[in-house]
Order: sequence, then C-alpha cells, then structure tokens
Amino acid sequence: MAFNKDAHSDHISQQFNQELEAIKTHMMTMGGLVEKQLSDAIQGLLEGNSELGEQARKNDKVTNEWELNIEEQCTNIIARRQPAASDLRLIIAISRAVNDLERIGDEAARIGKLAVSLSESGETQRGYSEVRHISSLVRGMLHDSLNAFTRYDTDLAYQVASKDKEVDEEYTSAMRSLATYMMEDPRAITRTLNVIWVLRSLERVGDHSRNICQHLIYLVKGVNVSHSTLKQLKSTIEQ
Amino acid sequence: MTLVASDTENSSAKPTQGVSLNALPQGQEKRDMANETIALQVRDLDLYYGDKRALNKINMDIPQNRVTAFIGPSGCGKSTLLRCFNRMNDLVDGCRIEGKILLDDNNIYDRNVEVADLRRRVGMVFQKPNPFPKSIYENVAYGLRIQGVKKKRVLDETVEWALRSAALWDEVKDRLHESALGMSGGQQQRLVIARTVAVKPEVLLLDEPASALDPISTLKIEELIHELKNDFTIVIVTHNMQQAARVSDYTAFMYMGDLIEHGATDTLFTTPSKKQTEDYITGRYG
Repeated sequence: MAFNKDAHSDHISQQFNQELEAIKTHMMTMGGLVEKQLSDAIQGLLEGNSELGEQARKNDKVTNEWELNIEEQCTNIIARRQPAASDLRLIIAISRAVNDLERIGDEAARIGKLAVSLSESGETQRGYSEVRHISSLVRGMLHDSLNAFTRYDTDLAYQVASKDKEVDEEYTSAMRSLATYMMEDPRAITRTLNVIWVLRSLERVGDHSRNICQHLIYLVKGVNVSHSTLKQLKSTIEQ
Repeated sequence: MTLVASDTENSSAKPTQGVSLNALPQGQEKRDMANETIALQVRDLDLYYGDKRALNKINMDIPQNRVTAFIGPSGCGKSTLLRCFNRMNDLVDGCRIEGKILLDDNNIYDRNVEVADLRRRVGMVFQKPNPFPKSIYENVAYGLRIQGVKKKRVLDETVEWALRSAALWDEVKDRLHESALGMSGGQQQRLVIARTVAVKPEVLLLDEPASALDPISTLKIEELIHELKNDFTIVIVTHNMQQAARVSDYTAFMYMGDLIEHGATDTLFTTPSKKQTEDYITGRYG
C-alpha cells in the first residue's frame, strides 16, 4: 500500500493527530539541537575555540532530556491509544530515531571534550584536514536524514545511506595516514590519538544518520532494513 | 557448544545446560495460510435481504484450529457472514443465499444437509449470555440429552470436561445444581461456551462474545479462546479491534458487504495492504 504523507493528521480523534504531530515536531527540534551541538563541537575543534567545545559538551544534557521526554510521550501514546499500522510504525521509528540522535549527541559531546583538550595543547593541526572533510560529509548526512524524515522521502534516505560507505572509506584512509604519522613522530602520539578519537566519533555519527534513514524506510515501507546491504535497501524502496 | 563452561578438571564432563552459541532468536511462529489445513471454504457467497445485497462475492478460507476474527464497521456484514456458517440466516424472512460454504468439501447449503446436524458440528455463542432457566449442570448436559445420551457417568464426565474447558469448573463445582441464572454475566457467558463445546463441535462461532462483559471477564473469555483453539476452529466477530489483535491468528476486514482484506493478524495490524483497512484500524475517515 502506498504510504500517505499526510497520514498522521486525519484521524477521527483530533487529539491523536496532535499527539502524533507533537512527537514528530519534538523529534525535529531535538534533531536541530543535535545538529547545533555537532557543528559547535567541530567548529570548536577546527578553530581551537574551547568555549564552543565546552558548549557542545554541556548541551548533551539537554539532548538527553529531549530523548527521555520523547520516549515517554511514545510510551504514553502506545499505552493510551494502542496504535496500529502506520501510526504504530511512526511511533516505533521515532522512538528508535531519537535513540540514534541521542547517541549522536554523545559523540558531539566527546568531540567537544577533545576540542577543549586539543586547543589547550596547541601545536600542529595534523589530521585536521581529514576532520574537516569527514565532518562536512557526516553533517550533511545528519541534515539530510532529518529532512528525509520530515518529508518521508525514501530516495533521500537511500542517498544518505549510500554516503555512509564514502565516510567509511575516508575514515580508513585517514587512519592509515595518521598511523604513519605516529610512527614517524612518536612524540605526537597522544595528540594524534585524540584526533583519531574525533574521526572515530564522526564515523559513528555517519552510522547513526544511516540508522535514522533505515527507521524512516521501516516507517514508510513496513520492512525492517537494519543490517541490509545498499542493494537490498534499494530493492525495498522500489517495491 | 555452550555458554556455560563445563567442569574444567574433568575433561570428559558433559557440557552443562546453557544457550547454544549458534542459537538464533526464536520469534513467534509466523502464520501463513498456505501451511494451514482449511476447515471452512467460502466460495462466491452472495447474500440478499430481500432486494438488498448484504454480502458481495465473498471468497475465503477459514483455517482449522486457528482463531479467525472478523472486523469492520457496523453493518459491514461480518455478523451476517458468521451466521451463514451454521445457517442461522435460514430463519430470517426474505434472506436468500447464493454460492457455497464447504465444510469437509460438502456444501452446507445442499438440500440434503440436516440443519440440526450442521449446528451440532458448528456451534454458536451470542453477544448476550443466554443460559436456560435450569441448573448449571442441566445447561451443559442439555445438548447431550437431546442427542440421546442417558448414561449418568457419560453425562457427568462430559459436563466436567466442558466446564473445565470453559475455565469454569473450579468456580461452580460445588453448586452444579443451582440455577444458572444466579451466575455473573462473565460466568454465564463461559457457561454458554461450555454448553456449546459439550457436544464437541468442529467449529465454534462467537458473535461479540465479550462485548457485554467487564474487562476481567473479557480477559478470561480471551484466554479461553486461546485454550479452545487447540480443539476447535474458532471464528469470532468483534467490534473491539484490540481484542481481534490479541486473540486471533487471522483477521478479515469487511466493509459494506465486501471482504476487503484477509490475512495473518500480525501483518494486518502492522502493514495492511489496503488503504481501507489501514484507515479503519487506525481510526481515520474511511
């Protein structure tokens, strides 16, 4: 059955419409907050601005609050409304997506913390060009995954999922060059390891953004595509 | 291989019980009509009340030892279809039926079918409990007596079996000879179910069996339906969609005399294939 994009606003119960709209709006608000948290952390790191890094770390508490709040709303709707079909899938998908957003928030907080310690240690910016490149990729992924969710756009979701492969390749190549650098200059090991942690966190953000897209595909298509290959994903979307 | 380590000092020790590392999660068994034995087959069934067509070309299979639920808005024909299975509609003036319903490959609408015999094989329970103004024992034994069973031992055994099947034995065993009218609504409904199963039908038709009951009695009836499906094929009509989702293996959605969608309950309530089904089960304008 074709998925109706206005599906969550035409129930007989107006209150049910409002409850579903509310969790979706809240998820998007949380998404915006996490995007800001991530961009603060990356900017803090690249510009050596420890205040921004600290800000990203502090905002994690707010992100966590949002997750708890949205989870609670989802539980209440399930208990009170016993939703079925696409309504049920919407609630499950949102509940899973806010989980991924919260984890992205954790990664942003970690990058923020590393930004503070890297800005304090000064010295070279080896590995920063990789951070700049990968961070711009994953920020785009996060942004697109939220856009795809807003518009129930499975094609955009597929594009995000396919970008994750690119991020993984960039990450592997960055690891290789930073490992070489550490072998060449053992004094830089501590600092380079911190940059590696940042890259690792960014790679995880890419994974979580892909997960959000998979939850969207579950919502629209009714098929759980976790652990699916890109090819399987495409055939599910085209069904 | 097991997760729990065996005694390392004794190399020949048998592995202790544990979870196999190769074990895959065992989900709930998935229902698939292709794997079912079919108890009742409905073929091109039309039903008219006078000039008004109430059922349109219904084709469906009712699987054996499974619970099939009919859902749909008021007047969609679900009770009408249920009543076709034991020819209750024969009693309605101006009711005309075309098409077939096959029970064991025999059309129940053939001229040579004895309706009383059919109703013994296909029992029915209604929305409101309707115990006879007799004792609890006599209510359950009634069908057997009509069949000519006279031996007290057989009657006693069957009454106990039927009351146990209806999860009522422990509540009434000390007052079997008191009037059934003194029981609570939930007990009366279970008594009626006991009376129906006492004659060991093959199919049990339940027409909104819990709609007049409180939530606890409703849960008892639902639990009973779950138990009874081991012995009987059950078809239930219900207005309560959550009840259909809880008790049934297969669900059929009807709308204005048409069978819109019929499939495994898990699928129908998570990913229905028709828009009308989705609109109905999610509470939208149809």
